[in-house]
Amino acid sequence: MSKLSLDDLRKLREQKRKEINKRETSGKPIEIIVGMGTCGIAAGAKLTLEAFLDEIEKRDITNVLIKQTGCMGFCTNEPTVKIRMPDMTDAIYGNVDDKIARKIVDRHIVNHRLVNDHLFDKPSVDILEES
Amino acid sequence: MTYKNYILVCGGTGCESAKANDIFQNIRLELEKNDLMEQVQIVKTGCFGFCEQGPIVKILPEEAFYVMVKPEDATEIVEEHIIKGRTIDRLLYDAKKDKGRVHIENIDFYQKQFRIVLRNSGVIDPDSIDEYIARDGYLALEKVLFEMKPENVIEELKHSGLRGRGGAGYHTWKKWNFAFQQKSDTKYVVCNADEGDPGAYMDRSTLEGDPHSVLEAMAICGKTIGANQGYIYIRAEYPVAINRLNEAIKQAREYGLLGNNILGTDFSFDIELRLGAGAFVCGEETALLASIEGKRGMPRPRPPFPSVKGLWGYPTTINNVETLANIPVIITKGGKWFGSIGTENSKGTKVFALTGKVNNSGLIEVPMGTSLREIIFDIGGGIKDGKKFKAVQSGGPSGGVLTEEFLDTPIDYENLQALGSIMGSGGLIVMDEDDCMVDIAKFYLEFTVDESCGKCAPCRIGGKQMHGILDDITKGKGKITDFDLLEKLGHAMRRASLCGLGQTAPNPVVSTVKYFKDEYIAHIEDKRCPSGKCRDLVVYSIDAEKCIGCTLCARRCPVNCIDGEKRQPHIINQELCIKCGECFSVCKFGAVLRS
Repeated sequence: MSKLSLDDLRKLREQKRKEINKRETSGKPIEIIVGMGTCGIAAGAKLTLEAFLDEIEKRDITNVLIKQTGCMGFCTNEPTVKIRMPDMTDAIYGNVDDKIARKIVDRHIVNHRLVNDHLFDKPSVDILEES
Repeated sequence: MTYKNYILVCGGTGCESAKANDIFQNIRLELEKNDLMEQVQIVKTGCFGFCEQGPIVKILPEEAFYVMVKPEDATEIVEEHIIKGRTIDRLLYDAKKDKGRVHIENIDFYQKQFRIVLRNSGVIDPDSIDEYIARDGYLALEKVLFEMKPENVIEELKHSGLRGRGGAGYHTWKKWNFAFQQKSDTKYVVCNADEGDPGAYMDRSTLEGDPHSVLEAMAICGKTIGANQGYIYIRAEYPVAINRLNEAIKQAREYGLLGNNILGTDFSFDIELRLGAGAFVCGEETALLASIEGKRGMPRPRPPFPSVKGLWGYPTTINNVETLANIPVIITKGGKWFGSIGTENSKGTKVFALTGKVNNSGLIEVPMGTSLREIIFDIGGGIKDGKKFKAVQSGGPSGGVLTEEFLDTPIDYENLQALGSIMGSGGLIVMDEDDCMVDIAKFYLEFTVDESCGKCAPCRIGGKQMHGILDDITKGKGKITDFDLLEKLGHAMRRASLCGLGQTAPNPVVSTVKYFKDEYIAHIEDKRCPSGKCRDLVVYSIDAEKCIGCTLCARRCPVNCIDGEKRQPHIINQELCIKCGECFSVCKFGAVLRS
């Protein structure tokens, strides 16, 4: 690595900040939770997860946290994905493949509109949050 | 590269000594074995501060906070957590297990903390300058080089109210200003990393977790006062910190953030390490300078102060590690922001090494003005084994004890001094009802007597005499007139010693006499040690009515001085007894008496 000029340092900081921000979990109000139980993985949830990671990075969206979870129980429609974001109802999408994942980012996350043909439900009451 | 998971393994000395390095290597092997290196990033970070529960492994984005991890847990962590996405309940921090998953901010330990100095510890990889840069690293240096004049920097420090974190609490802006105003082509910046108080490890952890913050602050100081060379004086017993500093200096030089013409400007600054041999007195600034110069580490009278005549006779600014680590944040966020934290005369935060009889030992950072009660009972989780709080010792061998009645006093420089202790570097040792205060005072005095350099008589002779008196008291040979003698000796040492070591050495004695005089009197008049710590004053005996003759004490006694038939009351032979207390702690029937 050659010595940095002021511009180099600023560019490097911007680039590295983006990388390290992905690790950050606070200040990210939007959550994409991919069901990664055996059924989900068998149905292609790994590709779905990768599609979300890739699309969020491509669009340079910084306030989204992408998590994995176990089986959501809706196995006929795997891979399933739960999206939580402010000002939108919590939504569960089913049959989410690579293409649909990218569509969810575009419609739901960016444009605040539901992806109707894959919207399956709202999550059931979370007893831990209620109590 | 986008990762699905991030695994942060603590690389502080505490966790490393509990095999954190093996954990790191094992997890990495597991990841490689499962072909996951592309998907999971593993980072060795600095100290998380929660040393009591170490080694710590934190996994993101789930925020799973695993404690007391062992190297053999690596397979399970990778196979269960990373591959199958199941949190491993048995490794989660206990208190919050029922919630299923732990957010670091949800642990009581972290709730009341506010991290400025430790902002990057446990967050970044200390061996990566890129990660430091990503978190606003070298942004302050950038500002100082391109936007600020030296006067502006000093002005910001003045607004911030930052005071030295090494002991005396001198205003940092004044130190920098004195050095700045000296006319000299050669000036030096020195970082005092000779941390020596028993039980204190704030500076070590800061250097281990975030070495660049100190390098950046030293470069800022160099630019401000007009120095081109800096030295970090660090003790050789801190190998991890030394390695990380060396790596950080190397990386900063490669990026041109140290060396000639930093960021293309005409400012040049470089830093070298100087290793100390672990003499406590070398933490005193003039002794430290002598040691860097290659001389025997002994203090000299001040003035002239180092800001005027320091290293090799040139103006030198000396700041300790924690003080320096605050400075980049003060420059980027502004002195006013920093000044809004803390109390009227003590601004910002303070890092404490919380140890002793407290549930959550560890490294904590709280705003100035936080009360001892919050630190010990909320963050520290209270006293171990449900015992009763007795006192807390602050400031190491230069400080004193604070008792229960002061638990709600806001901690700052002035309040601690008024109570007969000092802020010092930030060691807090918690004591419970089992600790003998005379014994504690003797312990600290023994330390300062050992570490006295011997140059001036009050410290060399006074310390030794005071120690002799305390030793007599703990052996039942004390006299009531000893109080006067201790006071006189203490007064002479405080007034006449050359440096801080001797001037503050009587503090532990004076403050324990002040708050626990009855305990001293019990030793002197009744020849009795209330907590049973002073061996010479303790007698163990067996209550024949309670003893059922189980023989446990006789079997455990290391000198075989307990006799008795099975199912018959036992007897201790007082002439042979070494008063180790083993029989007292093993008896299940409360039949062994201590008096």
